[in-house]
Amino acid sequence: MSSVVIPYRVKPHPLTGVTSGKLGIWLFLASEVMLFGALFSSYVLLRVGSLPEHWPSGVEAGLSVPIGTFNTLVLIASSVTMVMSWASLKMGNLGAFKRYFGGTIGLGLVFLVVKGFEYGAKFSHGIFPAVGWPEVSDPSTFNALYFTLTGLHGVHVLLGILVNLWLLLFGVAIWKTEPEWFTGRIEIAGLYWHFVDLVWIFLFPTLYLL
Amino acid sequence: MSEAHAEPGFWRKYVFATDHKTIGIQYGLTALTFLFFGFSLMMLMRWQLAYPGEAIPILGGLLRDSWVDQGAMLPDFYNQLGAMHGTIMVFMGIVPLAVGAFGNYVVPLQIGAPDMAFPRLNMMSYQAFFIGGLVMLSSFFLPGGAASSGWTSYAPLAVIATTGQTFWLVGMVFLIASSLLGAINFIVTIIHLRAEGMSFFRLPFFVWSQLVTAFLLLLAFPALNAAAVLQLMDRLAGTSFFLPSGLVVGGEQAAAAGGGSPLLWQHLFWFLAHPEVYVLILPGMGIVAEVIANNTRKPLWGYRTMVYSLLFLGFLSFGVWAHHMYLTGMGTTMSTFFQTTTMIISIPSVIILTCLLISLWGASIRFPVPMLFALAFLPMFGIGGLTGLPLGLALPDLHLHDTYYVIGHFHYIVAPGTIFAMFAGIYHWFPKITGRSMNATLGRIHFWPSLLFMNGIFMPMMFEGMAGVSRRLFDPTTYAHGEAVHGLTMLSSWSAWGLALAQIPFIINFFWSMRKKEKAEENPWQATTLEWATATPPPHGNFAEPPVVYCGPYEYSVPGAERDFCPQYVKQGV
Repeated sequence: MSSVVIPYRVKPHPLTGVTSGKLGIWLFLASEVMLFGALFSSYVLLRVGSLPEHWPSGVEAGLSVPIGTFNTLVLIASSVTMVMSWASLKMGNLGAFKRYFGGTIGLGLVFLVVKGFEYGAKFSHGIFPAVGWPEVSDPSTFNALYFTLTGLHGVHVLLGILVNLWLLLFGVAIWKTEPEWFTGRIEIAGLYWHFVDLVWIFLFPTLYLL
Repeated sequence: MSEAHAEPGFWRKYVFATDHKTIGIQYGLTALTFLFFGFSLMMLMRWQLAYPGEAIPILGGLLRDSWVDQGAMLPDFYNQLGAMHGTIMVFMGIVPLAVGAFGNYVVPLQIGAPDMAFPRLNMMSYQAFFIGGLVMLSSFFLPGGAASSGWTSYAPLAVIATTGQTFWLVGMVFLIASSLLGAINFIVTIIHLRAEGMSFFRLPFFVWSQLVTAFLLLLAFPALNAAAVLQLMDRLAGTSFFLPSGLVVGGEQAAAAGGGSPLLWQHLFWFLAHPEVYVLILPGMGIVAEVIANNTRKPLWGYRTMVYSLLFLGFLSFGVWAHHMYLTGMGTTMSTFFQTTTMIISIPSVIILTCLLISLWGASIRFPVPMLFALAFLPMFGIGGLTGLPLGLALPDLHLHDTYYVIGHFHYIVAPGTIFAMFAGIYHWFPKITGRSMNATLGRIHFWPSLLFMNGIFMPMMFEGMAGVSRRLFDPTTYAHGEAVHGLTMLSSWSAWGLALAQIPFIINFFWSMRKKEKAEENPWQATTLEWATATPPPHGNFAEPPVVYCGPYEYSVPGAERDFCPQYVKQGV
């Protein structure tokens, strides 16, 4: 740690009403919106430029709407536990925080495991992102986009889980001396987690239902 | 209090530094090295253009067999040099120097902050930049060489290119991550850590330029990140996002799923790269504004107008990207829209330049070395801007697209424009950073030949371009129209080598001044802004006491004041 004291780490700035960390995460999320926005725009442009017979619907391409719905519910539930964990900290209840926060991490892992089974089922049917590989049965840009978008989202979920794990196991040490600072960190982790959740809320209908 | 300002140990102080000043210096030295390397690549290319097929003197024998044939450059190597010159200069040279170095060092000082808002994030930004730079450079030693599809990496050429392109994409992901983290840091720092009394309209124009630049980096770079992910998938996982159906490579039809679009790459790339153009120029404008206000000894003319122009320019820079794509057949409706926005965006740039020009009027101007570079910036940027207008209109662009005219146009903006502004900044802030002044005589010996040779390089390109010489030709003399203007090509090449010689006094001056005994005065330029309110060089934590700001940034020659400058941190007698 730098020994220089930087203001507005814990206390909100009077102009913006938030701490520096919270302003920072909002800016980061703004750039994430541009990242996924660019990818969704690419989806639109590629789909418009594609022949309809080359662009299966999600179900035609073998995606299971029930599994997708289940995963959506898992992520929404994880966001709820995230809010509960932050509220527990606000009320000074560290035990409840650990249970709820652990629940968020667990639900995130459930999401990834289900996603892994979905990928496995695809691979066993010979569906890959690639074209031109001998074992690929039905090449389509749709499948390529499915793997790219859900893969990138999965990386975001994984990073969220890792950061949350760190906060639960090690970051929590500052709770005793600086509870406000730690609560702020959980709120920042929560904002990121909600965003990742939100991306899936857009991905699910785009890939599975349209 | 003494503990709160303890000086960190060696590793923390110089290698894993979190102090914005050290990070700024790290960025500066790394970026200057990359700039020189990128320039060296270009000097090799200029030999091939001036003396096509002839052995490169001295260096020819030293280069690898896959690069040269009996000392003469091979076409593949020429393509690598071209692509890497652009990439290195833009992403590893100018941006890290303008934003990473000057932004990091000067912005917290000018707003009266103890450091950046997130010091460790700042360190990670530099490390990501450094790793990205190493990945880029290492790609020269791959079997197929470095990326060779131009700095724009257009698909489908880049998709079917050698492994160097993969390194380019991975390196780019690191450079983008570095810029994103840096941008977040700058915005939060400028909004949250301004000293007491430092309202937004008391910010020096340089800080404003960094703020707008940070927003451009934050919101434009993700588009290239998305594009890089898609191109990496195309190259590594066998998708065909950017590969059209029916593409024939080496006599065989490339596998494509159908519906892939090379134009998608161009849209994503230029959505980044046009705001990126403003990232290249805005910090330069900021430095020039500081230096001009300081050396004219009067306030900037139209400071608020300049700030509003800057904000408008930043906003609109997201709506002009497809003016790079008139020749792709995207249709007249699109072209009309983008040439309209392009004409509109020229207005705020002209306003800023005009304000800087009018600032000179009626001043008793001092001419130290930084002022020479700042003054040269004005006409050089002017030429660059005005020659851009024909490119912004679809009809003349049909003729000029991808010719040397384009090269001449944007180099006038970034080379004698931005790089001169960077030199102005180095000469201006060197006494703050090192506590020593740079030698003025050597500075003048650096300036005048540089100005001459810069024009010697880029002015001939305008005529070559109008004669129709394509920018990517390995040997322009194979065409009659290229042969006809070969004299201009020679002039350009010899000027480029002359420019290299003209940098020698600068390099000597840089290192020699750093080591000389004689110390600079505390405020050698009699400047008003906050970076001169603290010791030289500033200690860890910057200010012994948090500064308080009493007035605007350019209170020079205030009637009735004792001196001809009223620093922001000094309360005037009421």
